[in-house]
Amino acid sequence: MADKALAGRLIAQRIGLGAVTLLIVSAVIFTITNLLPGDAAQEALGQSATPETVAALRAQYGLDKPGPVRYASWLGGLATGNLGQSFTASMPVADLVAVRLPKSLLLAAVTAAVSVPIALAIGILSAMWRGGALDRALNLITLSMVAVPEFLVATLAVLAFAVKLRWFPALSNAVDIKDAGQFFRTYAMPVLTLCFVVIAQMARMTRAAVIDQLGASYVEMAVLKGAKPARVALRHALPNAIGPIANAVALSLSYLLGGVVIVETIFNYPGLASLMVDAVTNRDMPVVQACAMVFCFAYLLLVLVADLVAILSNPRLRHR
Amino acid sequence: MEHDRNLSIDPADQLRLVDALARGASRRDVLRLMLSMGILASSAGGILSHATKAHAQAPRKGGRIRAATTSSSTADTLDPAKGANATDYTRHNMLYSGLTQLDATLAPQPALAEEIRNDKATTWTFKLRKDVKFHDGSPLTPADVVYSLNRHKDAATASKVKTVAEQFAEVQASGPNEVQVKLAGPNADLPVILAASHFLIVKDGAKDFGAGANGTGPFKLKEFKPGVRSVMVRNDGYWKPGRPYLDEVELIGIQDEPARINALLSGDVHMVLAVDPRSTGRVKSTPGYAVLETKSGLYTDLVMRQDAAPTSNPDFVLAMKYLIDREQAKNAVFRGFAVVANDQPIPPSHRYYFAGLPQRPYDLDKAKFHLQKAGVSGSVPVFATAAANGSIDMAVLMQQSAQKIGLTLNVNRVPADGYWSNHWMKHPLGFGNINPRTSADQLFTQFFKSDAPWNESGWKNEQFDQLVLAARAESDEAKRKKLYGDMQVLIHEKCGIGIPVFISFLDGHSTKVKGLGSIPVGGFMGYMFAEHVWLDG
Repeated sequence: MADKALAGRLIAQRIGLGAVTLLIVSAVIFTITNLLPGDAAQEALGQSATPETVAALRAQYGLDKPGPVRYASWLGGLATGNLGQSFTASMPVADLVAVRLPKSLLLAAVTAAVSVPIALAIGILSAMWRGGALDRALNLITLSMVAVPEFLVATLAVLAFAVKLRWFPALSNAVDIKDAGQFFRTYAMPVLTLCFVVIAQMARMTRAAVIDQLGASYVEMAVLKGAKPARVALRHALPNAIGPIANAVALSLSYLLGGVVIVETIFNYPGLASLMVDAVTNRDMPVVQACAMVFCFAYLLLVLVADLVAILSNPRLRHR
Repeated sequence: MEHDRNLSIDPADQLRLVDALARGASRRDVLRLMLSMGILASSAGGILSHATKAHAQAPRKGGRIRAATTSSSTADTLDPAKGANATDYTRHNMLYSGLTQLDATLAPQPALAEEIRNDKATTWTFKLRKDVKFHDGSPLTPADVVYSLNRHKDAATASKVKTVAEQFAEVQASGPNEVQVKLAGPNADLPVILAASHFLIVKDGAKDFGAGANGTGPFKLKEFKPGVRSVMVRNDGYWKPGRPYLDEVELIGIQDEPARINALLSGDVHMVLAVDPRSTGRVKSTPGYAVLETKSGLYTDLVMRQDAAPTSNPDFVLAMKYLIDREQAKNAVFRGFAVVANDQPIPPSHRYYFAGLPQRPYDLDKAKFHLQKAGVSGSVPVFATAAANGSIDMAVLMQQSAQKIGLTLNVNRVPADGYWSNHWMKHPLGFGNINPRTSADQLFTQFFKSDAPWNESGWKNEQFDQLVLAARAESDEAKRKKLYGDMQVLIHEKCGIGIPVFISFLDGHSTKVKGLGSIPVGGFMGYMFAEHVWLDG
């Protein structure tokens, strides 16, 4: 029962802290975007702006009110579940996010499904045979994967597989997907590119965590008792390494949600990250705020889940 | 042939043309030949369709095209008044029709208005085509046209052409099929102005453009997701018989240029807008793909403010103009896809271009002479940005030339984001980027007249202002051309604007796409390709 109470307390505490964090983040984002030169009305009219049309558009967007008033009314809307109206798209922010969020989640989910097992396998294998030929080879591969920037990976992949070989399309619009084959063709290249980035990080964290445990005295005890290396690593060391591994996975996944703007740009993938970049360019504050909230919320949620996993997987914490 | 009545060339010229065609001259060669004969622009299409009909391939109906422009964001709109970029213009031209439409020589042709009359260029009467239907089945009425033109004057519409529309003193139905536009002052260019995509005709009372588009254009809206894509399907009830040829057009935006080229070359899209001159080799060397160059009036110009030191000194202005190596700008910055300009804003292809000005050379001695006369030494900052196409490279070229005559130009690169509201016209020496204007009057009124909202250099010249008004009221073509010539001379000699080159628009396309041509408003046939092209089987 102790673990349930602990988890319950932790969740309650985290939800409270999370709400405060979201509030602070929204205030910071609002202030920063207000500091950017130009506003939505000027950006929308661009070169053809005249003082009169800018004033009319500002009134239409509610930009003629002072900043704190706008922030308060946005906050009031958020409390009642209303994300507001996009300035530039003249449609509710919720509708815009509703189109993009599932796409971002899907890309993240597919990438996670591919990358997490590979990363864990690489990490555990190289920890078991640390210092050996396999470990050194995997080290070399993962380090070089970390070192290559993702835009280079993406561009090379497009040149090779789309332009030269024509196996996959160069764009991943993720519309008109009718069957599994098409799904595979659409997602193959963005997922490949993203795996390049996240596998290496997760694998290295896993390796470090497992090695840390393999040096502990209870593992020595298990070895002395005659347990096989695989059993030592998987049954004895791994459960104790799950905490740090879960944290590494959570960090990678939060990156997959909000930090993939380069991949979204190169493959023209309509995700949430590029929506936010667009919104910043157009000074479309309601959309910027909504995206920031989604990313922040997802991050907090993932970290909470990682902590829960760490607690539930740790016998010492569980049976206290 | 409906064009026959326009044929007005003498027999000797006709012979030269037929001869050229027999020798296998290309369409473009013939056009050039015809221009040199001074043949009326509007008749060119007629002669060519006569002469080349035998060789032309018959258009094929059906097929789906995917075209990629340079941008697509949540700012995408279905409201023609708010059209902000190539993606919007292309989409709007598919969904809506205008009263007039521009041809390859930028001369206005009747569209929804089948007949246009004017009285002293001030009172204009547009007789509307009958049997034109909106996509929802309702007929086109004068009320729709009146509403579509008047809405630009309302500040709440936030129209991009509000300043242009302010000259409409009164717009009203003058008959069951007629609309009368009374202008505040004479303007002989009205039919050209009304061909802009912003003035496309919408349904009377249309206000909410968030969800749908009800126009009279060649395509109907099937799907519109801002920042993702728009899909349009053929409008079988389109008022141009037999058009359009395509069943469906998907329009997407790919911001990253290499990604755009890759999408073309991997077969994902059939057409791309804005090929970087550096990528043209790659496109051309791939079998099945080609580059289409559209020579245009687009320019990136050096702006020298007349209300700030040292740029208010006429000798400093001249020194800067002599300091521009135009040939190098053309070849190094734009890889030859540009036309050397002469500090006059009308390009050589335009019907009002004044050819009598001697080309201003790249002349360091003269530049040095004028610089010393201006008494400027030390260092001068110049502002350049990626938002003004090629300005950073041109600024660096000028910096190197300036060094040779003892002037230090400090090139300040500033971000493209927010450039137009924060930097443009706000520094003594900076760069601007002016999209081609179809009407010479519009160009001069918006960018050069003393009270122009975007008088880039803050240039004030009374004589020029009078010429603008005189030319606007002049409906005699020859006299008008003369007036526009005088205005170009004034700008060339006195204005604080240096125009190094006119930049060509470059489109990349699959060779399966047929029927493409140039309408020098912009790329993609002046954003009107959809109703002209067809897909080869």
